Amino acid sequence: MNREKWIEILSEKWMLLATLLMCMLPLSMGIGLLIESMPLLQQYRLGSLIRNSAWSPAEGKFGMISFIVGTLWVTGLSLCMAAPVSLLVSIYVTQYAKPWLMRTIHIVMDILAGIPSVVYGVWGVLVIVPWISQKLAPTFGYSSSGYCILSGGLVLAVMSIPYILHLQIEIFRTIPIELKEVSLSLGATYWETIKHVLLRQARRGIIASVGLGISKALGETIAVLMVVGNVPQIPENIFQAGYPLPALIANNYGEMMSVPHYLSALMFASLILFLIICLFNSVSHWIIYKINRI
Amino acid sequence: MYNNDIIRIENLHVTTATQVILKDINLKIPRNRITVILGPSGCGKTTLLKCLNRLTDLHPQLQVSGKVWIDDEDIFQPNVDVIAVRKKMGLLSQRPYPLPMSIYQNVAYGLKMQGIADKHTIRERVQHYLEEVGLWKEVKDRLHSPASKLSIGQQQRLCLARGLAVQPEIILADEPTSALDPISSKKIEEKFLELKSDYTLVLVTHILRQAKRLADHVIFMYLGEVIEQGTPQEIFEHPQTTILREYLKSGH
Repeated sequence: MNREKWIEILSEKWMLLATLLMCMLPLSMGIGLLIESMPLLQQYRLGSLIRNSAWSPAEGKFGMISFIVGTLWVTGLSLCMAAPVSLLVSIYVTQYAKPWLMRTIHIVMDILAGIPSVVYGVWGVLVIVPWISQKLAPTFGYSSSGYCILSGGLVLAVMSIPYILHLQIEIFRTIPIELKEVSLSLGATYWETIKHVLLRQARRGIIASVGLGISKALGETIAVLMVVGNVPQIPENIFQAGYPLPALIANNYGEMMSVPHYLSALMFASLILFLIICLFNSVSHWIIYKINRI
Repeated sequence: MYNNDIIRIENLHVTTATQVILKDINLKIPRNRITVILGPSGCGKTTLLKCLNRLTDLHPQLQVSGKVWIDDEDIFQPNVDVIAVRKKMGLLSQRPYPLPMSIYQNVAYGLKMQGIADKHTIRERVQHYLEEVGLWKEVKDRLHSPASKLSIGQQQRLCLARGLAVQPEIILADEPTSALDPISSKKIEEKFLELKSDYTLVLVTHILRQAKRLADHVIFMYLGEVIEQGTPQEIFEHPQTTILREYLKSGH
């Protein structure tokens, strides 16, 4: 065989190999985490690890529920704030705004997306935390240090907005203008057209963008860790401190010393985080699939 | 005053920042006739059509000046009720754009937008207009499946039914058969001939034979200008200008 043919075959195989490796990555990570958490799982029952809220590694207590709840709270709060805001902004800039505003928004999004996580954290500590402890919490009749899951959610929301917004703007831009023309010429107002036609056409993309937003928000660590309080408890309201899984791992990794099973417990925490993200991804894919068939 | 011309256009100019799209258009479009706007691609036919129901509003880069009277109302006056103007017109575009909903809802949409809430009335009208475009038998068992699942010819007829359901006076059709197979095209053309007793039709096309089959009144455009207008006989048998003669000779 001649040289070109060899190169042809080789380069194709390389690409295939790279693609296969890519597909294997999540699986191998999952398996790796599972193997590392086995020592803990052999010692304790899975159900009690997940259901228990007591966390005291020195005493051999590795309850995970407060961390799971903390993660879900912070992520949920951030999405409740980020999703509506980015949806409104994306509709406004694609349907109403003048071109210069669209350009400005793109610049603002790029800046926001480029700010390092730790800077958001510092901003949260300096601005959000005092505002919540001095203004917002007293207004609702709570006392709070300000280091709470609401701060975490708020900082996270600000961080995920450029990400979700970027996707949503692209989604609205790809809708053909003829669809709008059809709806308008049937006697719908501009707002009715947006509500009944554009949002309907875009719903799959909107769900996908929020789903990706969730996945990203779930794993965000540093900024949240700096403002969320890091107390292993199940928060009773949004002004109490919480302790999400990524913060747990980042705070304690490397300081386990010789506490038995500590490392394994952190690996188990990573495994839970990994599974939650897989679950959210599957759910959003399932919703998109369902909508596709309607 | 009863005016036999449902649409009158005076000195209509449409420009973008860099080019002139329509130049000094003066036209009268007769009621209950099929008026065919003929001309090569890119001569401004579609833009002219969009001026008629102010879809030009969606394109901020277009600057429109001049007057368009529809039923003796100048629709480019700032205080005009655009929604009411658009309701007078049904639009059929080059390619069918079914709304992202079911077949039934596609027809019901316009009715709902007009404030008809009674389910029974909506049902009746949906059936009536689907029958009118000859689609009812083909879709009656799958009314609630997505309109996008229909064939492209069926979609175009659905779009026609949807436009008729809101009971317009005028039907604007922008090369409505250009994406269709010959049989679907024929169905649409036959429908048009039936419709002209109740509606005014404005049909944009670059297909000469289609124009000959359908037209009561012909407007020939070239590079943003109206070159000639008149009865089919005048236009096709006795063209006055060289451009039109060339076009007829090389036409499809």
